Amino acid sequence: MRLTAEEQEILAGRWGAPARRALEMQVATGGFFGAEAMVRISAAHLTGDPESMGDAGLGFVEDLVRQGARFVVPTTTNSCNVDLDLYRQLGQPEEAAQQERRLRELIGAMGGILLTSCTNYQTIYQPRFGEHLGWGDTGTVIYANAVCGARSNFEGGPASYAAALTGRVPAYGMHLPACRRGTHLVEVRDQPRGVSDWGALGVLVGRRLTNYWLVPVFTGLEVEPDADGLKQLGATLASYGSLAMFHIVGMTPEARTLEDAFGGRAPRGRIVVEPGDLERAYRSFVPEQAEVDLVVSGTPHLSLFEVRRLAGLLQGKTIHPKTMLLLTTNAEVKAMADRFGYTQGIEAAGGRIVVGVCYYIMTPREMARRHSLRTIVTDSAKLANIIAAYGYNPIFRPTAECVEAAVSGRIAR
Amino acid sequence: MTAPLVLTAHPGVGDVVEGDALVSPDGFSARYDLDRTTGVIARESHALHGQSIAGKVFVCPLAKGGFATSWALYDLRARGLAPLAMLFGWANPVMVQGAVLAGVALMDQLAPDPMQVIETGDRVRVDPKAGRVEVWPRATMRLHPTPDGGAPCRWPG
Repeated sequence: MRLTAEEQEILAGRWGAPARRALEMQVATGGFFGAEAMVRISAAHLTGDPESMGDAGLGFVEDLVRQGARFVVPTTTNSCNVDLDLYRQLGQPEEAAQQERRLRELIGAMGGILLTSCTNYQTIYQPRFGEHLGWGDTGTVIYANAVCGARSNFEGGPASYAAALTGRVPAYGMHLPACRRGTHLVEVRDQPRGVSDWGALGVLVGRRLTNYWLVPVFTGLEVEPDADGLKQLGATLASYGSLAMFHIVGMTPEARTLEDAFGGRAPRGRIVVEPGDLERAYRSFVPEQAEVDLVVSGTPHLSLFEVRRLAGLLQGKTIHPKTMLLLTTNAEVKAMADRFGYTQGIEAAGGRIVVGVCYYIMTPREMARRHSLRTIVTDSAKLANIIAAYGYNPIFRPTAECVEAAVSGRIAR
Repeated sequence: MTAPLVLTAHPGVGDVVEGDALVSPDGFSARYDLDRTTGVIARESHALHGQSIAGKVFVCPLAKGGFATSWALYDLRARGLAPLAMLFGWANPVMVQGAVLAGVALMDQLAPDPMQVIETGDRVRVDPKAGRVEVWPRATMRLHPTPDGGAPCRWPG
């Protein structure tokens, strides 16, 4: 790898031990993927919550702070494990809150901004075309790449810290135009209608293309996704397929035409989404029992428009006494929902808005034990994918069906 | 002792290790498939459901998943539950970042394809910097001494 004079100074320890260790890790990772150089980034988005990091990961961050680490680019944080105002009511362990408080102190000490959101791109910062980033959360990365035309790899937990400490990342993968071009053609003949249908489309493609280095190119869409639809499509592709990039011909910035999307190369494969396939994607999640224990919406974090729609669907309704309804979003959207009365309507129906968290890192095993949770209904295909590993029976359904399940306490088998 | 089967690739990360193979026909993510408190594959639909990856040379077609995977190996290693090495058809960034932090050997794109030539229980030596993997099939090892010379074969308990 070619390193600049400044990068060699970092490796020599002139920026301190944390930056040196960070760059060493980056050089090792970059070397693995054939990076020839580092590239400067404008911002970093940290992915590290105590549930995901474990004690060793927390120790890694403690070490950084002890050694005087400072972030050198604007650095925000991803979703966390507890809403510090609600965790006691929800029966989450005190230890999770203590770890969250400690991690916030540590990140604050390094100069990080405690955003605690996985929708930084909707709420805080919209990257420009061609901007290099060191973002960690996969849903944020694929949105930045595909929708904004910015450039980031999955800079996972320790790599997101490394990016914040050195202000650069190894230039491989999504930083290189050749890796961003389409590899597979997706012909869509079943048109998405609601936001979660874009997730269903992501399920169909993400189950087929399960490799970071593949890039689907969607054609045949007669409807245009809004930002929430693109959020669901991207997060689902990233979750099911570990994908970091997609194109929609005529809609996303690096796919003005089919030729543009594929960069003049022929597709390596073709996927056809036939009429009825979106419905089949939902029905591939089969309930074991009719009773619904939990309904969750908000992976990734809900936008203001989504909270408003849920408030409308819940108007005049009451959640079933044996069913819990949780909506997850960030503090900014929650503040607006409070201001416009959406929160009040949701709470009047028996639902709760939980701030800064994402359900699959919200101590889901402890939640299941505490509240006897098994069947979870959600309009997030990503959440349905992940939560299965925590002993839940996940059922992915459109948003309106999720609200009906919360009200009736039942799901059709 | 028969000569090992040799697989080669671009340089990987980590140090030389040797251990027994655990071959997964399914892809792998630390968040989606693993109970990180025990090192056991917890996803009910996974082909290796109920098996531990601890101390194994884990062979798998694809690295999947997101940032949890990049932390998981470090925490598993601290608790003695990490795999010795990981051989993927295709690795993704989060798996490599995790291996770098944890000091777990990781390689990908080996030829011939490890999924075709390595079976669970085979003895495997991984030399990431040399881009080289050596395999002694389990069937052969039952008849011959171990590759490190003469000692009786010891299978994981």
